[in-house]
Amino acid sequence: MLSTQLGYVSILTVLIVVAIMGAAILVLNSLIGPKRPSPVKQSSFECGSDPISSARQRFNVKFYLVAIFFIVFDIESVFLYPWAGMFRDLLVEPGVGLMTLVEMFIFIGILGGGLAYVWRRGALDWE
Amino acid sequence: MQGLLRGLVYGGLIITVLMTATAWGMWLERKLAARMQSRIGPNVVGKFGLLQPVADLMKLLQKEEIYPIGADRLLFDLAPFLVTTFAIATAAVVPFSADAVGADLDVGILWVLALGGLMVIPVWMAGWASNNKFALIGGMRAVAQSISYGVPLVLTSLVAVVFTGTMSLSGMVKFQIAHGWLALWPPGPGVIAFLLFYMALLAESNRIPFDIPEAESELVAGITTEYTGMKFGLLYVGEYVHTMVGSAIAAVIFLGGWDGPFHIASGLHWMVIKTVALFASVYWVRWSLLRFRSDQLMRLCWVYLVPLSVGLVIFAALWRHFVLS
Repeated sequence: MLSTQLGYVSILTVLIVVAIMGAAILVLNSLIGPKRPSPVKQSSFECGSDPISSARQRFNVKFYLVAIFFIVFDIESVFLYPWAGMFRDLLVEPGVGLMTLVEMFIFIGILGGGLAYVWRRGALDWE
Repeated sequence: MQGLLRGLVYGGLIITVLMTATAWGMWLERKLAARMQSRIGPNVVGKFGLLQPVADLMKLLQKEEIYPIGADRLLFDLAPFLVTTFAIATAAVVPFSADAVGADLDVGILWVLALGGLMVIPVWMAGWASNNKFALIGGMRAVAQSISYGVPLVLTSLVAVVFTGTMSLSGMVKFQIAHGWLALWPPGPGVIAFLLFYMALLAESNRIPFDIPEAESELVAGITTEYTGMKFGLLYVGEYVHTMVGSAIAAVIFLGGWDGPFHIASGLHWMVIKTVALFASVYWVRWSLLRFRSDQLMRLCWVYLVPLSVGLVIFAALWRHFVLS
């Protein structure tokens, strides 16, 4: 097996062992713990009053906006990673280094432009 | 076959060490909190209360499992399980010393950030499945906050990748052994990136001053409101493990990992010292500061931290191009 693959074996092992352990703890808990359900005990907690309505309600649209920003910015910054990883090697080649630098600045500039646009449209004002 | 065996051994080791460290990390936190508030803290179970984590585990295991009326049982069970799994799996790539690495991936930092990003899914599952308004609001806030602060987290890690030119965590440490710790050299951007990373880490693991998702004065306990027994325990453990692994990652990519100051006595112990110091400082901050409001959090992240970290990336690229080459 290649040495680079070893890491993934360890990761897979960790995932499997953790999953088994977590499941075992939960099963153990449900085996040991008492089971005396009652309507009062099971009603959802609202500081002692009777729950008024279902909790599955609509929430502020701002949260949706945040999710969209996240997708845009996080994916764009993940695209920067391969560049950052290659950057050191590319610098050695004459002429290529500066070109990679400028290209990346254009990419980051678009990212910054997007942020400035979002900011000016007031989408970041959370009230 | 040998690789499989090695994977098994390291996998088992990581989990054992991490669970033990987390259990006594909780003890440490309670002791520190007590000291800062002129209390004694746990001191009944075992000497200095050292067996308190064991007692807590025993107690939580014996508690009744309560499913709230209208809860989505599958998601309700799955959420704590996934939180712990994701949090511990992150630790698989942390290099504790030159040899003690579970999985020395070429893209270690990416694995850490990806799993950190994945954590929002079980958190939101817990919030939604509970059928509780506090849990729903807490979950929503936690998700909004984690994904917002994920962006500066990714960008400040990118600063480290640009400087070191590698995405492997142990590669980063080796670079720092050769060129000096990133938090110290080059002076300025490294330390700013480290502080931003630390802040984003606090926010991602919902720690004070960024703990509005579980602000007990308004949201009871956020997503954990309806959880009982070991399911509550797993959510809690997941959060601690997340903070501890985050501290370890910060130590690796900015504080030189297992490298001692001036290369004195480098080894596993330095990594442990740095991680525990960062972990304790998270709780120092926790018991010293007040919490921000939701709008202040979002503003701080998008208006200050994101542009600042983009600037740091640009600076790092320029430094790399004109100074280091």
